[in-house]
Amino acid sequence: MGKKTGKQTYHFANPPVVISTGTVAGPFEGQGPLHADFDEILTDPRNNETTFEKAERSMLTKACQFALDHASCATTEVDLFLSGDLLNQIISSNFTAVTLGIPFLGLYGACSTAALSLGLGAMLLDGGFAGTVLTATVSHNSTAERQYRFPTEYGAQRRPYQQWTVTGAGAALLGYDRPGPKITAVTFGKVIDLGSTDPLNMGAAMAPAAADTIHQHFEDTGWDPNAFDLIVTGDLGKIGLDLCRQVLAENGLNLGENFSDCGVMIYDLQKQDVHAGGSGCAASALVTYGHLYKRFARQELNRILLVGTGSLHSTTSFQQGENIPCIAHAVRIEA
Amino acid sequence: MAKPKLTPAQQKYQNKVKKAEPKPDYLRNALSAFFSGGLVCLLGQALIDFYTKVMDVPPKEAANPATATMILIGALLTGFGVFDQLAKYAGAGLAVPVTGFANSVVSAALEFREEGLIYGVCAKMFTLAGAVITFGVMTAFVFGLIHAIFH
Repeated sequence: MGKKTGKQTYHFANPPVVISTGTVAGPFEGQGPLHADFDEILTDPRNNETTFEKAERSMLTKACQFALDHASCATTEVDLFLSGDLLNQIISSNFTAVTLGIPFLGLYGACSTAALSLGLGAMLLDGGFAGTVLTATVSHNSTAERQYRFPTEYGAQRRPYQQWTVTGAGAALLGYDRPGPKITAVTFGKVIDLGSTDPLNMGAAMAPAAADTIHQHFEDTGWDPNAFDLIVTGDLGKIGLDLCRQVLAENGLNLGENFSDCGVMIYDLQKQDVHAGGSGCAASALVTYGHLYKRFARQELNRILLVGTGSLHSTTSFQQGENIPCIAHAVRIEA
Repeated sequence: MAKPKLTPAQQKYQNKVKKAEPKPDYLRNALSAFFSGGLVCLLGQALIDFYTKVMDVPPKEAANPATATMILIGALLTGFGVFDQLAKYAGAGLAVPVTGFANSVVSAALEFREEGLIYGVCAKMFTLAGAVITFGVMTAFVFGLIHAIFH
């Protein structure tokens, strides 16, 4: 167990490089403050496909293609494809894997998939099991809303603490011998249930999981949170971020200005009518692979901790009155 | 559907969540529901008057074509993607009248049309409205029974 530090953290002896990324954002996300950082912004939420599900998988395929093209890498050079999404039986990833033809490991981590796949991919590389790994994830507002909530045209009033599922896809190519930011450590989280049952308030449900993983990461590594330019959670939204900050402070970890959330960063919360912010797999994927990756390239960032957050309920489990189990995985990325 | 019992740690966190959740603006919502609901009813009354005065429908039966017209309007607004925009502001004002019923049926039918005519549109059309219909039929039966016994 030479690579394990503390209870849940793994350090990489030979840190894998994030060689390139690819991002495709939906039209609404393209109106947000990070629009300049995406490879492509769709003009049509259906992306000229007949169904939203097909649109979702076309975005995922495109994001993967962008990541491969930016590194001039052929699909045949990639050893493994790690991907997950929100739809039942992760169909978007399954169908994209058909198109790409790369050996595939399907992941389900809900909205934590970006961090989960980065961490697992880095482990496969550092363990010597693969030389190049493609990781990706996708979410679409219209497919997620109809699977988890109401039909899109149904006239329901949204709660002020509700979040907006981000439409977009992000992919990252991991490997060696190329320039780029490196994945130096990962902390895999435990599933936490603090009694939340409201599927409309995902941020509040996931905040304790994020706090647990962040706390564990610093306990395992003994590092100072101020050593990070940015500690960014996946999709807690405004309310979840505040709750996470509170829970951490109660446990003696006071995070400052360098603590934020991808779901808060991706939209203009004043102008875009998204209430508490963004959610979904694409929230952390678009912000990390688009915005933050470009900031690494511009040398504005030196070290970040990405804490992907996911809520692991299903429509069946919450209709049967079960609590919402949540998870968070932390990935340390350094220039 | 029994809620699992919360541990003290869970209860403590849920209290925190309750404090952090912003409350909807109840007064504003109630006022906009009152006025938009009133507007819908005004339109309904105007339709009843139209059917009695212009189309010569007997006053007792004019509510039927008026309701059908309101359903048609609700369905069309849903189809054109306007209804959910209006409902954002009107809330219960649009949801409680028959327009809300039309919206729940048509939005579900639209949503699932890609899964085919039989298993998609027809089967899933009443996923939201089904409960309303069930309770409506049950209530009608009970009150019909009471009416039959005591009248």
